[in-house]
Amino acid sequence: MEKRIGLEASIAVAEVVGLCDADVISAYPITPQTHIVEHLSEMVADGELQAAFVPVESEHSAMSVCCGTVAAGARTFTATSSQGLALMHEILFIVSALRLPVVMAVANRSLSGPISIWNDHSDVMAERDIGWVQIFAENAQEALDLTIWGFRLAEDQRVSLPVAVNFDGFILTHTIEPVLMPDRESVQAFLPAFEPLMRLDVDQPITMGPVGIPDIYTEAKKAHQEVLTQSYGPIVETLDAFAKSFGRQYLPVETYCADDAEVLLLTMGALGETAMTAVDQRREKGDKIGLVRLRLWRPFPFDDLIRAVGKVPVLGVMDRAISPGGPSPVASEVKATFYQQEQRPKVVEFTVGLGGRDTPLSDFDGMFDTLLAVHRGGEIPKPTIIGLRE
Amino acid sequence: MAQSATPKWTELAVGTAIIEPGSARQNRTGDWRSQRPIWDHDKCIRCGVCVIFCPEGCIHFGQEKDTYPSADLEYCKGCAICAQECPTTCIQMMEEEE
Repeated sequence: MEKRIGLEASIAVAEVVGLCDADVISAYPITPQTHIVEHLSEMVADGELQAAFVPVESEHSAMSVCCGTVAAGARTFTATSSQGLALMHEILFIVSALRLPVVMAVANRSLSGPISIWNDHSDVMAERDIGWVQIFAENAQEALDLTIWGFRLAEDQRVSLPVAVNFDGFILTHTIEPVLMPDRESVQAFLPAFEPLMRLDVDQPITMGPVGIPDIYTEAKKAHQEVLTQSYGPIVETLDAFAKSFGRQYLPVETYCADDAEVLLLTMGALGETAMTAVDQRREKGDKIGLVRLRLWRPFPFDDLIRAVGKVPVLGVMDRAISPGGPSPVASEVKATFYQQEQRPKVVEFTVGLGGRDTPLSDFDGMFDTLLAVHRGGEIPKPTIIGLRE
Repeated sequence: MAQSATPKWTELAVGTAIIEPGSARQNRTGDWRSQRPIWDHDKCIRCGVCVIFCPEGCIHFGQEKDTYPSADLEYCKGCAICAQECPTTCIQMMEEEE
């Protein structure tokens, strides 16, 4: 039986890693991710979880340990944030290139400098090309659900890729929310035992991670590109299976009040919830505003996004990170999605909530007003940083 | 079954792993050599210093009695350490194109 309880999102994620019977957790504490691995280390120390907790001296080592333990056939979890994710950088590419299904929670936090422990998406956006499945949660329930689902997808033999479950630092990690905590039986029924495609075995020796000479590297990259792109099918299928088991349906792209919308705003992560409240308020005043909530970041769900936007002529895109000297990452992807389409919206770019800057409802009102002005024939404004003091 | 040296992308093992133990033995690594060692049998005293110093372990005496050392050109990189170390300077390095 599911239990409805009040739980901090970090603790909820740690609890379900336990329900998923992870064999190994290797991690280094970093704000705002610390509560996850702190709680897991307690669970292991108290004997509640029969797993090896491998404390390490850095995130580089944490991800390296994960690489080895998954290669040996152990269900493996880690969590990190910001500078910690950056320190894992080179190993992240290797884990995915070796097709090792690690599951990692990323408590999204801004990157230095200036030093900031607060929330935005600059950490994960800097890791866009790591070749992992990357997905975003909007609340504590989604964070724990997508962690369970993450193991199922990562270990699916058609996929066999690492999965990063992103949820916003502090906004979610340190907030106590009511969640439905599944029971162990239903989690284990949903999640079959880990059967790796290949494993390190002294009786059947193989070499993982050899040199890829110029005759091999191109083919290896194509194979990686293809398996991540093709993981879309198993992603949708396993999200549906999750819905059948637990009653909560997640999609690569979700919408809110989009059916009759004149303008749409695209969000990713926890601000999607604030955005829904903001839309409700404006709908009461008769403004036809809707939302597109991008859940799946990699593989990028091009077709779902095109379908979600449909014929709506104006699309605002909220980015939680900047790319100095270039377009912000989400807007860049969205524009690329529509560039070759006959039917394409005017795209209005907003940068929002950098380094923990609060994004109140009034900020959404401002963005909606801008979108409605464009809809009435106004010029598309240049990319705007919301809340900037000028 | 041996993996092809130039597989299509669909033929690679998962994660580009090498799934055949000991398959490095199939690699012939001498093809980028630009010089090869030639032994002057009149000067060679068959002391075996070249065999000991060869970093590739690719210099051998023949199976038969009283044979002279020679390099296995499938592995010899032409580094000339043998020629440098030979106490009788009986090894000359010959350009590959000659």
